[in-house]
Amino acid sequence: MKKIWVALPLATFALSACVTINIYFPAAAAEKAADKIIEEVWQTQKPAHPASSQAQPAAKETK
Amino acid sequence: MKSMIKFFIALIALTAALNVFAAADLEVNTPGINAIKQSMQARHAQLATHYASGAVGLTADGMVALRDASAVPLVQRQAVNALVAAENNDRNALYAEIANANGHPEWQAEIRSTFAQRWIQRAQPGWWVQSGGAWKQK
Repeated sequence: MKKIWVALPLATFALSACVTINIYFPAAAAEKAADKIIEEVWQTQKPAHPASSQAQPAAKETK
Repeated sequence: MKSMIKFFIALIALTAALNVFAAADLEVNTPGINAIKQSMQARHAQLATHYASGAVGLTADGMVALRDASAVPLVQRQAVNALVAAENNDRNALYAEIANANGHPEWQAEIRSTFAQRWIQRAQPGWWVQSGGAWKQK
């Protein structure tokens, strides 16, 4: 029955963390979002999935 | 008493799940943001040559600026100025739009400074970026 004294503070902490996230700026998420947008605007993303584009490469080689 | 413990464990699991959901991502997939992104993407082909020549650089506040007008032929200067102005308009709109899309207009300044760092960090070698008030070539 002592578990309640562990569970209660944990629940309080979890709830407060919820509120915290809504108040403070999510820096890591913002960085991720910025990177995604910059990649799209600058077209800098590397061809990360060369295997998935099976249709094109054969045609490109024939020139 | 046992059911109470179960209740609290469920509560913790629920709030933890909510935390993950809230912290995972910023919303950047709205029609407004996508439109700005596309406009910037189309403009980038023209701007890229000016980044490379050093005429235009990336500023510390997430904008672009005409750094060295002499790197641009006289006849093109008007066009470059217009490019820079249009790009900065889009960038301002983008930062505001992201902040609004996430329901926190007050995050705009932080979004801008996050972007400023990332633009500069991801700039290609040879491009000019502002750091500590001075221009530096990457």
